[in-house]
Amino acid sequence: MGKMYAELIRMRFLTMLAYRVNYYSGIIIYAINIGAYYFLWGAIYGGQQQMAGLSAGQMTAYVAIAWMSRAFYFNNIDQEIAQEVRDGRVAIEMIRPYNYLSVKTAQALGEGIFRMLFFAIPGMILISFLIPFHFPASLQAWGLYLLSLLFAFVINTEINLLTGVITFFLFRNEGMMRSKRVVVDLLSGLILPISFFPGWAQTVMGFLPFQAINYYPSVIFTGAVSEARALQMIALQIVWVLVILIPITVLWQQARRKMIVQGG
Amino acid sequence: MKEIIGLFAQYLSQYFKTRFAYRADFLGEMVSNLVSELINLVFILVVFQHVPFLNEWNRDEIIFIYGFFLVPYALFSMFFSFWDFNERYIIKGEMDRILTRPLHNLAQVCLESIAPDRIFGVITGLIIMGYAAVRLKLDFAWYDLPIFIGLVLSSALIYGGVYTAIAAISFFSDSRTGIAPMIYNIQNYGRYPVDVYNKLIRFVLTWILPFAFVGVYPAAYLLGKKTLYGYAMLTPLMGIVFFGIGLAIWNWGVNKYQGAGS
Repeated sequence: MGKMYAELIRMRFLTMLAYRVNYYSGIIIYAINIGAYYFLWGAIYGGQQQMAGLSAGQMTAYVAIAWMSRAFYFNNIDQEIAQEVRDGRVAIEMIRPYNYLSVKTAQALGEGIFRMLFFAIPGMILISFLIPFHFPASLQAWGLYLLSLLFAFVINTEINLLTGVITFFLFRNEGMMRSKRVVVDLLSGLILPISFFPGWAQTVMGFLPFQAINYYPSVIFTGAVSEARALQMIALQIVWVLVILIPITVLWQQARRKMIVQGG
Repeated sequence: MKEIIGLFAQYLSQYFKTRFAYRADFLGEMVSNLVSELINLVFILVVFQHVPFLNEWNRDEIIFIYGFFLVPYALFSMFFSFWDFNERYIIKGEMDRILTRPLHNLAQVCLESIAPDRIFGVITGLIIMGYAAVRLKLDFAWYDLPIFIGLVLSSALIYGGVYTAIAAISFFSDSRTGIAPMIYNIQNYGRYPVDVYNKLIRFVLTWILPFAFVGVYPAAYLLGKKTLYGYAMLTPLMGIVFFGIGLAIWNWGVNKYQGAGS
């Protein structure tokens, strides 16, 4: 079983590799975004040394690593599921001897690994030449970052599975998936660190899983939090990984029973 | 022109018929447009809780610029929403059909892919501008209204021109270029005062991909920023020039276009 999923990860990786030219422009897009926010934050900090727990230098690192982490955790499996529901291919997928949602997750991981190797790592090297930038000092800090990045991937993928499965009930939900994407970008801390939000908003966000997707790994990377706090963040991520499994399981059970194949 | 307007009405009614087949999704898409417009506002609001000024600009001025930006951007994205031009028209060979139609081919493509729901962005933009204008106690003369409309149309033309030129690349190379999303992301820069950026980016945003003319420069006129009046007055000229360039590249591309393989 494990071998089959490993094969699925590999297949998706190879598919992405075959079309890698398409993704070179992606590196430039991320560079454009990082550049925009780099200058913007430079102007926002002005002369200030410290804001919301981040120094100007840490903010630079935050902007860069937040986008690069996104390269790894981001995927469109919700849209893939929606597409397969709409054109009826999902019927074939469901009679195959594997779990459909696990297959999607494996494919997402293959995509993530591809983007990590061909996108985030070269992008990071490129950026470290262009803007003043500090990598974590110790191996331990790197380890904490990578661990929380992995959980960030799992949580984001779970949220995508959830929105994807909702297609079974709504048939068309592009609008919802698009809103979800922008909302995740804001609430995950990609656009601005969670610590910048007013207190009440931070309290509300504490009850939502989104900051575990980007804010936690990014802020761990910048070194703006202590090691104890970093471990606490990773523990919270694990809790979210388990919590989101519940609605996925429930909806998936319902979806399989309720499924109407359109077209087919 | 009259013909185009008639067809526009026809396509509009077709559009609503298809969209209302899935009402929940239509609603969802409108909400998603609104959400993505508001997210940048949230960014501005949150950031200005920590700082009083962004360079020389205060919070309400930045909000006003963003509100202005939304208006031409909404018009542009309503009429030029063929994001998938390459795939839909070139790879699938739909362009061959377009060329047999009596209408100018660019107008035909624009009408087929029209997205009227984006018009709500104009309303969002006006509300945001209005909020900022009230807080800034801006005074407007009667002639500011026609000037505003002129500026908005010019700004939309700049986007339209740049976008048309990029879509036209597909006529020369049918492989996916990925340039369109790149340019799409660069427009993020236009929402904030260009003095935030370094000289090179400022130059690019003013003269090469003149997205500063979609946000800061025209908005500066309405904000009464006299030092930028020169740029604000250039906006219509930039609009005409860039749309002209875009159209010329498009027409050239259509002439060179050899049809789909299949």
